[in-house]
Amino acid sequence: MSQLSAELLPLTRDPVAIRGRALSLRRHVLRMAEIVGQGYVGQGLGIADVLAVVYFAELRTRPADPGWSDRDRFLLSIGHYGIGLYAALAEAGIIPLAELDTYGADGSRLEMSAPETTPGVEITGGSLGHGLTQAVGMALGLRLQGRDARVFNLLSDGECQEGSTWESALAASHYGLDRLTAIVDCNNQQADGPPARVMGIEPVADKWAAFGWHTQRVDGHDIPALLAAFAAARTTPGRPHAIVVDTLMGRGVRAFEEREKNHFIRVDADDWALARDQLEASS
Amino acid sequence: MKTGMPRTGVTGNILTSDTSGAAATESAPFGHALVRVAEADARVVGLTADLGKYTDIHVFAERFPERFFQMGMAEQSLIGAACGLARTGLIPFATTYCVFATRRAYDFIAIGAALGRANVKIIAGLPGLTTGYGGTHQGIEDLALMRSVPGLTVIDPCDATEVAQATAAIARHDGPVYMRLLRGIVPKVLDPATFSFEVGRARLLRDGADVAFVSTGIMTPRALDAARQLEAENVRAAVLHVGTLKPFDRDAVATLLARVPHVVTAENHVVTGGLASAVADMAVDERLDIRLARIGIPDCFCDSGSLPHLAERYGLTPRHLADAARNLLRT
Repeated sequence: MSQLSAELLPLTRDPVAIRGRALSLRRHVLRMAEIVGQGYVGQGLGIADVLAVVYFAELRTRPADPGWSDRDRFLLSIGHYGIGLYAALAEAGIIPLAELDTYGADGSRLEMSAPETTPGVEITGGSLGHGLTQAVGMALGLRLQGRDARVFNLLSDGECQEGSTWESALAASHYGLDRLTAIVDCNNQQADGPPARVMGIEPVADKWAAFGWHTQRVDGHDIPALLAAFAAARTTPGRPHAIVVDTLMGRGVRAFEEREKNHFIRVDADDWALARDQLEASS
Repeated sequence: MKTGMPRTGVTGNILTSDTSGAAATESAPFGHALVRVAEADARVVGLTADLGKYTDIHVFAERFPERFFQMGMAEQSLIGAACGLARTGLIPFATTYCVFATRRAYDFIAIGAALGRANVKIIAGLPGLTTGYGGTHQGIEDLALMRSVPGLTVIDPCDATEVAQATAAIARHDGPVYMRLLRGIVPKVLDPATFSFEVGRARLLRDGADVAFVSTGIMTPRALDAARQLEAENVRAAVLHVGTLKPFDRDAVATLLARVPHVVTAENHVVTGGLASAVADMAVDERLDIRLARIGIPDCFCDSGSLPHLAERYGLTPRHLADAARNLLRT
């Protein structure tokens, strides 16, 4: 059996460095989406700043050994954000950068909805409302075994409509799982439109707080604010942590930001160059 | 009860087991077996959704309080958390009723446990007509649902001996399992000195050349009763107990049916999608020329009432099994 490298992914809390990582993630997202011609590019761009903070400022992982038993776990509940996760996994060196070109292709490991068979993908999300239930079990299991690893679950505003999310919110609070952080992405867009029209969830931060969670709400593109929120989560004991992040779908590409319907984006072949130009201009 | 109907019995406490006619019984065989398994293996943990006492896992919870997680009345959270625990290397046993595990948490079993190949053991009480509480509590279609999930092992034990042995066996088995639970005071029919449960294996409990009972769960002791009744009429009946519905022991069933083509299946479940369906599918695949009678719950939700009354009402008594065999042999 070959010995996997125990080298940890280097972390930084320098906002400039994190901003550079976020730009890289967005470039990876555009590269994947352009090859397919369509996809959840709005989500991938919108969550890039948050993922840059999670992967490069917080998460304790070994890129060469993604199954390391003491690793921090990042659970993607919203499987269709896979495009964003793959960008982070490639940037972190967990999957090869070149593999991003296979995104969504027949036979690829990088399926449009992220499957757990891909290295670095902890669970199969996509059936919404699952991630937090498993995150609670992981946090209980790690604590029972005396491991101090942390568990992060990225879920969406729409997922706050799933009953299972609140079953798990009760359990995490009941068991005082302070190594568990739920990141609630409020991009104000679900399949059938904005949550306020589909099924209102606001005031969503108050709901998490009422369930007993240490709750913060920050601009999901304000890197110093995100770094501070994650630092507060890391150092506040006794309760699970909810970080509600307000994000803009398609962030970094003006043409995508301004689309009214951007849950699943189709882009003409000629327009990708424009998207890349807009991203570089925004940075 | 309609006015003027004779009073044959009353719906018992939900914890009441049907031990009528049992020569021997055991108390909480699952709970005690789980304690023995957990004493030898520190990875074993337990969870329930507000049904600790009602699923016998309270025995484990009292012995290992730090390894037990009460999840409250929340079955999706129960199964999801069990999957998460399994992903940290533990072996979670999660208990609730059949109806709640399968009807309320199906997606979590299918995706979290089965697609995710999580090493989760789902232990589900009140299978079929083991409770008189009516359609809300009687798990009559759970085997059909669970059998159709890829990668899930499905077990329906027949007595206290098998419950205890299967508990140890599924802890050793790597992969997700759905096991029906007989709880409380449970009849003990099989002799642990001679019976040994193995995941995926059917057991020929009695041989006979005239008619074959192929049974699972609590219908197996009734099939043994029916075989004894038939013996008095010089009809020799075999009883093959299929404790594991999935993976289905095709070889054992096919071998018996090739030799004894008059077949009565018996299950504490609707006759669609469970044991009868598995036997019929196999017979078609193997081109076996059999005559099949199916004993089980018809396509309906069942009444509430006393357990003997319900067994009679829905045709699940040893007499019904023997009659089905007689009819097969007559035609």
